[in-house]
Amino acid sequence: MSSKTKHIAGLLLALTLAVSAWAQVKIGQPFPDLTGFALEGTLPERAGQVVLVDFWATWCAPCKASFPAYSELQRELAGRGFVLLAVSVDKTKAPYEEFLKRFAPAFPTVRDGTQKLVAQVQVPAMPTSYLIDRKGVLRSMHSGFHGAETVRSLREEIIRLLEEKP
Amino acid sequence: MKRNHVLLLVLAGLAVLFSGCTTVHPWERATLADYTMRPDRDPMQNTMMEHIYFSREASSGGRGVGGSGCGCN
Repeated sequence: MSSKTKHIAGLLLALTLAVSAWAQVKIGQPFPDLTGFALEGTLPERAGQVVLVDFWATWCAPCKASFPAYSELQRELAGRGFVLLAVSVDKTKAPYEEFLKRFAPAFPTVRDGTQKLVAQVQVPAMPTSYLIDRKGVLRSMHSGFHGAETVRSLREEIIRLLEEKP
Repeated sequence: MKRNHVLLLVLAGLAVLFSGCTTVHPWERATLADYTMRPDRDPMQNTMMEHIYFSREASSGGRGVGGSGCGCN
């Protein structure tokens, strides 16, 4: 193999790896700025807050199960500087609106209809939640919703982050 | 054609081939999660199929195969 061919092959490989690594968010790094993804709905105030970004969809059964528990978390911890933001990945608006009417969550929700944000974040499963500290750094990720176990673990982590000095 | 050119052509072909493979991401499974995608959505048909299978094979069950769904959790 000539040196030129080797270079081209190497370049192709590097490009493939770069594309696959580019899209993922990593723990310890800043979470993407939510304002740049044309999300439908009003984003809550997040500066200096501990934020839990939860990706969900109306067709996802565990997401439905998570809503009452997450509403409870929001009610309990909102006054201490915590906000839960639920990002729907539904492409169509009607089921999204119907779902919100039916479940009436206590936390703000927005819709990522273009699925640009979720594609950048590369969620491993539905639902997946990302816990972001007061500085906007991603601190942990929870894939799936496993009932009381997930809620207990999230609650502990959120309280730990709320108690951290800014 | 030189050997290197053939190799490059093979590499390019492989790149095209692999770009044709795609994964349905977790957030793209709305259609798969639809009720109409369930193979067991009609109980009457299930019963009939089970009866036919039992009559012909003298055995039943063993229908637990992978199917559609949102692949959640």
